[in-house]
Amino acid sequence: MYDFTYHRPTSVADAVALLGSDADAKALAGGQTFIPVLKQRLNKPSKVVDLAGLGLAGISLSGNALVIGATTRHAAVAASADVRRAIPGLAALAGGIGDNQVRHRGTIGGSLANNDPAACYPAAVLALGATIVTNKRSIAADDYFQGMFTTALEPGEIITSVSFPLPVEKSAYAKFNQPASRFALVGVFVAKGPAGVRVAVTGAGQNGVFRQKAMEAALAASWSPDAVAGIKTSAADLNSDIHGSAEYRAHLITVMAKRAIAAAG
Amino acid sequence: MPQVTLTVNGKRHTVAVEGRTLLVEVLREKLGLTGTHIGCDTSQCGACVVHVNGDSVKSCTMLALQAEGAEVTTIEGLAKPDGTLHPMQEMFREHHALQCGYCTPGMVMSAIDLVAKHPEGLTEREIREGLDGNLCRCTGYHNIVKAVAAAWPLMHAKPMPAAAE
Repeated sequence: MYDFTYHRPTSVADAVALLGSDADAKALAGGQTFIPVLKQRLNKPSKVVDLAGLGLAGISLSGNALVIGATTRHAAVAASADVRRAIPGLAALAGGIGDNQVRHRGTIGGSLANNDPAACYPAAVLALGATIVTNKRSIAADDYFQGMFTTALEPGEIITSVSFPLPVEKSAYAKFNQPASRFALVGVFVAKGPAGVRVAVTGAGQNGVFRQKAMEAALAASWSPDAVAGIKTSAADLNSDIHGSAEYRAHLITVMAKRAIAAAG
Repeated sequence: MPQVTLTVNGKRHTVAVEGRTLLVEVLREKLGLTGTHIGCDTSQCGACVVHVNGDSVKSCTMLALQAEGAEVTTIEGLAKPDGTLHPMQEMFREHHALQCGYCTPGMVMSAIDLVAKHPEGLTEREIREGLDGNLCRCTGYHNIVKAVAAAWPLMHAKPMPAAAE
């Protein structure tokens, strides 16, 4: 790892100022992706700005939204009675990210800011029509994810929370994980809520998370695994690697969608 | 050079570190606590698992400076001063849950956290899933799972609930 100076600001304004002071400054949330990236010398930041002291962790439930603070750890989301009650599929997803140790450190804001094409959270955020709240503005999930490791965030912009609209009638996530990394080879989140019926796919697309709109239309007409059984996804824009071909991932999308729909009930 | 102050196994230390220094490097190289192992160094194997403020974490995937003010427990902090082993260590010995021993410190630290956080009991499947972040290349896991199940009643001072077995 290249060396850097470490900073732990205690206010969002100070963090933004530090990140803005230097083009090579980087934000650190849980570090479960960022620290391995640093170890591989894939990134050479001048400053690492730890967001853990900003007071952004926490979960709150209001009448029409579940708000999760950006530095809330996966384990806290998985264990939250509020999340389990309001959006059970989201709690289950958080409880399946990585392993126990990763879930004790990794954060929702870090996952979304990184937008790994095989990360789990983007599927939930897109399927549930959540809003990403930053120090500057609110960004709809449909506008936020802009391709592999690419988001609508501007330099120096920090996610402060994620707001999930309620009530959510149905939610579930099914993941076929890569057994060593536990990232999704294919993960499908299905939801029925204020954003309508949505099906979001992670792990498969070359451009990261995407909506499977043919499945959404079929589910809107009839919510059952059989409704999507015959719907195929084109392999043209899917990832192909040593773990699985694009055609294999295309097949898995339908399989995982059926499992998620069955789990959502 | 920046400094980090942390409590390890009940003892407070202040150590000079670089920004890039990992928690596991402080434990092994600065404090001489070499029971915590470095296996894969890519966050996958779990040989480096320690407890930070009561949660099991991979100490190779945490900067030392992130542990400022933290309470850290390593494998060296489990046994009593008279040498009496922690029940999880004792059950690993009893059930032959180790062969080469390389993964054992991380496995024991993960297992203690898992058992402590499941007072309602653990099924065999839950134990296996709960140890997902720890790789063992010798045992086939079978005796590790048996040891963890055997440690549960000792740690909670009651029988494992029947529904969880």
